[in-house]
Amino acid sequence: MKGDDMEQTLEREKALRGGVPSRKMTVMSSSEKESEQVKGESLAPLIRVADYSFFYGASQTLFNVNLEMYENKVTAIIGPSGCGKSTLLRNINRMNDLVDGISHRGDILIHGQSIYDPHLEVTELRKRIGMVFQKSNPFPKTIYENVVYSLRVAGINNRTVLDEAVESSLRSAALWEEVKDRLEESALGLSGGQMQRLCIARAIANRPEILLMDEPCSALDPIATAKIEELIYQLKKDFTIVIVTHNMQQAARVSDYTAFFYMGKLIEIGETKKIFMSPSVKQTEEYITGRFG
Amino acid sequence: MSSMTLKEPRSFFTKDTKSKGEPYVWFTGMGLVLGIFMIVSLLTLIFVKGFEVFWPDRVMLAELREGSPGAAGASRFLAGSIVMRQEKPVRDLTAPHDADTTELQLFVGNKDVYGFAYRFVDSSDILGRTYPQELMRIERLEYGDAMGKAAGLRVKGQAYLPASDPAFRASLERLVHDAEKRWKEIRRIEKSEIGRINRTMEKIRLKKKSLQASGEADVSERAAALDAQSSELQEKYEGLAREAARLRSMQKDSALDYETYTGEKKSLPAGEIVGFYYPNELYLPQRIAFLIGKIISFLTAEPREANTEGGVFPAIFGTFVMTVMMSVAVTPFGVLAAIYLREYAKQGFMVRAVRIAVNNLAGVPSIVFGVFGVGFFVYFVGASIDQLFFKEALPTPTFGTGGVLWASLTLALLTVPVVIVATEEALAAVPRGMREGSLACGASKWETIARIVLPASAPGILTGLILAMARGASEVAPLMLVGVVKLAPSLPIDGEAPFFHFERKFMHLGFHIYDLGFQSPDSEAAKPMVFATTLLLITLVVVLNLGAIFIREKLRKKYATGAF
Ligand SMILES: Nc1ncnc2c1ncn2[C@@H]1O[C@H](COP(=O)(O)OP(=O)(O)OP(=O)(O)O)[C@@H](O)[C@H]1O
Ligand SMILES: [Mg+2]
Repeated sequence: MKGDDMEQTLEREKALRGGVPSRKMTVMSSSEKESEQVKGESLAPLIRVADYSFFYGASQTLFNVNLEMYENKVTAIIGPSGCGKSTLLRNINRMNDLVDGISHRGDILIHGQSIYDPHLEVTELRKRIGMVFQKSNPFPKTIYENVVYSLRVAGINNRTVLDEAVESSLRSAALWEEVKDRLEESALGLSGGQMQRLCIARAIANRPEILLMDEPCSALDPIATAKIEELIYQLKKDFTIVIVTHNMQQAARVSDYTAFFYMGKLIEIGETKKIFMSPSVKQTEEYITGRFG
Repeated sequence: MSSMTLKEPRSFFTKDTKSKGEPYVWFTGMGLVLGIFMIVSLLTLIFVKGFEVFWPDRVMLAELREGSPGAAGASRFLAGSIVMRQEKPVRDLTAPHDADTTELQLFVGNKDVYGFAYRFVDSSDILGRTYPQELMRIERLEYGDAMGKAAGLRVKGQAYLPASDPAFRASLERLVHDAEKRWKEIRRIEKSEIGRINRTMEKIRLKKKSLQASGEADVSERAAALDAQSSELQEKYEGLAREAARLRSMQKDSALDYETYTGEKKSLPAGEIVGFYYPNELYLPQRIAFLIGKIISFLTAEPREANTEGGVFPAIFGTFVMTVMMSVAVTPFGVLAAIYLREYAKQGFMVRAVRIAVNNLAGVPSIVFGVFGVGFFVYFVGASIDQLFFKEALPTPTFGTGGVLWASLTLALLTVPVVIVATEEALAAVPRGMREGSLACGASKWETIARIVLPASAPGILTGLILAMARGASEVAPLMLVGVVKLAPSLPIDGEAPFFHFERKFMHLGFHIYDLGFQSPDSEAAKPMVFATTLLLITLVVVLNLGAIFIREKLRKKYATGAF
């Protein structure tokens, strides 16, 4: 990270930590962000979910979902437990292929290309989509090997390339300073929050286009959470991010768009500011204000 | 009413022991205690008996009552070390009540004189016990140990050296040492040099045989060349044989004269003496040094006298080579099969049936595997190899007979279920999240298995291998069918090209125990060796296990998943 970048980071971190408790509505921070964006920019949908339904065996989990996610934007998916948020996320990189007896209707398109195209190589798809899981899952390898895993899988073994990727990914994940002297130690010796950040570093090491995050902060303390939120804000410059979260404030703080799901159906999607300030569906409002969920 | 409510408030602390479940703690604990007790007593027995073999015990000179049935010959004296004291199995009813009814088992040695080496003597028959300092125990190449009083040394070309001479011990030591060197030289000549000539001659013979069989026209010239070679070798052979015979006769040049305590005078050629010591004059440190020396020679020397004396090195080596070869064979097969079953096969009826079959395979009597090994490996695979590559040696089989290779493969077959089951469990214990993490990075299924799942489950797989090794190393029954022998002329790995001779027969500690204990002509003489060898086999298995555990702990530290 460059010096001024660092300063920016520190500033934002101060704002985040100082700001959260005092402000009445965290939506404010979102509107702040909004002002940084160029208004009226024509947005290209990178991911398009088209009339998508999904079944685990006979039970339907997603019902005719239609939504678009835009390049270099953060889309938050919120909704009560069991509403199908993870299911949608895990279908974007076809992680659910591992489950027996699944089926789907409709389509998911990335850059206009169906991910269910029979000519598509699933491993190639996954190389272009990074994923951070709800529960951190570092490999039983060294920190270094964890980060460069996707590069090794892609056949890159040049030490200088790997070294660079390790440093830049760990810096992006705000972990470099903590682990730079112990890169050859086992990743399993890290703390829970460090592990989660390591998994983020791993997910972005090969510079994917899309980053899927499934409740990345659910097991973290507020400081680590703040770090990861800061990270998401930084990563937005290079990645398209989809984040599932149960934390309303978090969704409001980090996302540009928010999609609200209920019982497998997409209830509402829109700019985060709009969803939080003036939701058009009553269910959304009730969920956001905590009356149910 | 008030009496009902206030009479006795019910306490939380019930005195009713039945509801506490504590009796069951004792009940379950008893099972464990019983198991531990049995194992500990077995190990203690083997440990004590195993070490006793090498311990230089004091030798008692007993003065017996006139006419004692324990006496050897007419003499009233008998020297021996006490092996065991026990109640007499048959009581003499005429004896007074307070009489000593025990009897002693003595190791008396001198089997060439008495015809036996162990003797039971009634305790009540022993009138006096002394421990003469000058009593000498002599380890011999034949007839086991001798015991007696040294008289003197007859060295060729020198004056008779009586035992009272201060130079006696040093001279005897030197003689024994020289004799040992000569034996080594004889062995070298007979085993390696003459052996090499014999093998070359055998090759020439086979060449000649195939030449004659080829039916070519101008064979006579080449056959003559082979004959010339052969006769040249024959000459060399005779020279070596003469040299060996000369050395052998030198072994008899000097001799030790001694007298047993029962009065027989004997003379023992120096070449027959392995070692000697004075058991009654040793101090504790000397005894310990002696014990260590004996253990070392037990581990490094070759067996003598139908395996009842000497060392067990070939058996250790054979067991080791066989176990390593078995592990090398069983690991890839077991691990690959488990990977297929757990990771690739569609979980359903077939997989479950296969799994049950594998588990049942672990319960098949090992002799059945031995029979299969003979039928399949030896008679089918081995005989086919002979037909293809060693045709000229037929009808003498090369691979078509039992050997260390076939024994290892048979044991690999026997232990493969253990490895499969352990590996499957280890694979199943790798958390799903880890696999998903790898797949999400764009790894294929195989890459995920090779890079993540296998390393993470390595400690568990190793546990399976440990069990397999322990089982394989201590298995005997199937080996008797596929290549174990009582005495193997040469080791499966040696300095002779191509260094690895996996078609050779080999010796094995487990079989050694069986053979000593139950096939030996003199089971009493073999008994100590049975214990020592058992101790060694157990030690070997423990060492193998400890080694594997050490590796596993290192791996576990490296890949600490906490799954095992
Ligand atoms: N592997 C599976 N097999 C069968 N049903 C599943 C599977 N995974 C999830 N489901 C079901 O699909 C529904 C949606 O699950 P999903 O994990 O997407 O919920 P979620 O919105 O992520 O919930 P949470 O916020 O608790 O993580 C649930 O009813 C769940 O029981
Ligand atoms: Mg979820």
